[in-house]
Amino acid sequence: MRPTARRILSVERELPDTYTLEIEPPGSDWSFLPGQYTMLYAFGIGEVPISISGDPSDATRIVQTIRAAGAVTDALVAKVPGDFVGLRGPYGTAWDTKAGEGRDVLIIAGGIGLAPVRPLVLDVLNHRDRYGNVTLLYGARSPRDLLFADQLQEWRGRFDLEVLITVDQAEQTWRGPVGVVTSLIGRSSFDPDAAVAYVCGPEVMMRFTIQELERKGFSDDRLYVSMERNMKCGIGLCGHCQLGRFFICKDGPVMTCAQMAGSCWIREV
Amino acid sequence: MRETLVIDQEGVDALIHTLTDRGYEVVGPTVRGQTILYDTITSTDDLPVGITDRQEAGTYRLETRDDGALFGYVVGPQSFRRYLTPPGNVFWKGVLTDDGFETVELPEPPRLAFFGARPCEVAAMQVQDEVYSAVGDPVYLGRRGRSFTVAVNCSEPAPTCFCDSLGTGPGVSNGYDIAMTEVVDGESHYFIAEAGTDEGSEVLALLPSRDPLDEELVHARRMVVRAAERMGRHLDTDGLKEVLYGNIENPYWDEIAKRCLSCTNCTLVCPTCFCSTVEDHLSLDGSEAERARPWDSCFTLDFSYVNGGPVRPSPGPRYRQWLTHKLASWQDQFGSIGCVGCGRCITWCPVGIDITKEAAAIRERDVRRVVVGASSAKEGTE
Repeated sequence: MRPTARRILSVERELPDTYTLEIEPPGSDWSFLPGQYTMLYAFGIGEVPISISGDPSDATRIVQTIRAAGAVTDALVAKVPGDFVGLRGPYGTAWDTKAGEGRDVLIIAGGIGLAPVRPLVLDVLNHRDRYGNVTLLYGARSPRDLLFADQLQEWRGRFDLEVLITVDQAEQTWRGPVGVVTSLIGRSSFDPDAAVAYVCGPEVMMRFTIQELERKGFSDDRLYVSMERNMKCGIGLCGHCQLGRFFICKDGPVMTCAQMAGSCWIREV
Repeated sequence: MRETLVIDQEGVDALIHTLTDRGYEVVGPTVRGQTILYDTITSTDDLPVGITDRQEAGTYRLETRDDGALFGYVVGPQSFRRYLTPPGNVFWKGVLTDDGFETVELPEPPRLAFFGARPCEVAAMQVQDEVYSAVGDPVYLGRRGRSFTVAVNCSEPAPTCFCDSLGTGPGVSNGYDIAMTEVVDGESHYFIAEAGTDEGSEVLALLPSRDPLDEELVHARRMVVRAAERMGRHLDTDGLKEVLYGNIENPYWDEIAKRCLSCTNCTLVCPTCFCSTVEDHLSLDGSEAERARPWDSCFTLDFSYVNGGPVRPSPGPRYRQWLTHKLASWQDQFGSIGCVGCGRCITWCPVGIDITKEAAAIRERDVRRVVVGASSAKEGTE
């Protein structure tokens, strides 16, 4: 549990409370898999798990998107280029992209949950010919809360990627759908008997999304979710992140619904 | 087979002195505030001589005994976990530099001799060995790797004891450098001492001792066997993992919650509990930072806190997490059950909640339906 000091290359504000940091990797051989996270340490203040939100094929920077929600994340987003941050990782399991090869791919994100799936979208697009139909469904609270809005625009302009976006509430200027992200599932094209779904967002959003996909015919071994739990160590030592027999920090965060066998949807497990 | 010798109280004193001379900090039972707690000892005078403990669910009292036994009690609220992962131990230290910060090496851990370790204590350390080896934790492994263990077999279990159900006592079978059985028999008071390691043999050879008589060996062995027969409680571990995995939604957890105070006592006295949190310290000028590990407990709200609220806001699910982790998921995580039958959680629960009774109650009310996170769990019986 030794952090190494790494230089911050850039800080960009995404939303009023959400920032993307680019961090200098510890070495040229540093790499990560889509869905993994690092432990970021603000010297003397504390350490938090933050998912990696950048392109896995770009080894020149570690991209991490952080919502300021407490003392440590506040300190992290207040950094400026040239400052230092402590880094450990990458940790955790990855989105299994192999499982999606040769199949339709459905990527569903809610709110800040788009950050941990962005590396997956980028990886799929980097190897676009390996997949069938690729669909990204994204739900945010309001049009102002859309994360990576410029990139979503760019992705929507592609012919080989279907992007559907919904918001919980909007003013009259919004021309897109209003409602929960599950309402987009019926509008997208995929083969439910073979497609693979990758889901990340608030637990309640994932629960209803999984229910809807199971109704459509998805088997639970083709349903991937990224779980959130309290994590202090990232290595299965502190005990906080347990869900059943799993340490979400190392056995997750990405897991299949088959692995969890329904356990994640029981109240207060 | 290694040598077995007989020593007397003078020999036990010599053992403490020898270990101290060899550079160990000898940690053993002492009386502190009407409780038997571990502390540094320098002679048998520091031990709770002629003291016994009376334990029941929610009850702990020290009483005197008239036979001058050195080890005439069972276990107090502390385990050696207190020394292997001291609460608040600093596991990382850093100083600011021009290039960010750098790690400062921590001092060498002390060499500890765990003196008077009951078989359940030895078993608890072996359970924790698995936990901390899995992550290569330098704090625990650094201390454990250079430690020395003097185990003492049990002949008088407390009503709260159930080590026999878990195969962790009342006799110690491995994991010690020296194991002793104390025999107080009328006028004679002696200790059968057996070495378990080369270093144990080496130390034993330095003590005033004599060879044991056959009947002394038989007597000592019989005392341990009798202790097993007089075990106060029992935990049925047969298929327990499947029972608990299958009863996550059993309404009985909420019945336990009506009694549970979420006080965290059970997790603090448990010799295998390992959960910790991290506390960050910063020097006033901001140039030095420390990261410390206080013990944590799954009974607090903070424990499961994620942005938006705790995962387990109610006491029922928190008790379920603790008991299911100890007796079921621990087996999947570390290959053994996470309980050694020491009975501390029963004694030190202010309302006397009893892990053996609650596990049995869930088994009696088995509503097996959902199979939770367990590939090996049986299908539902509904």
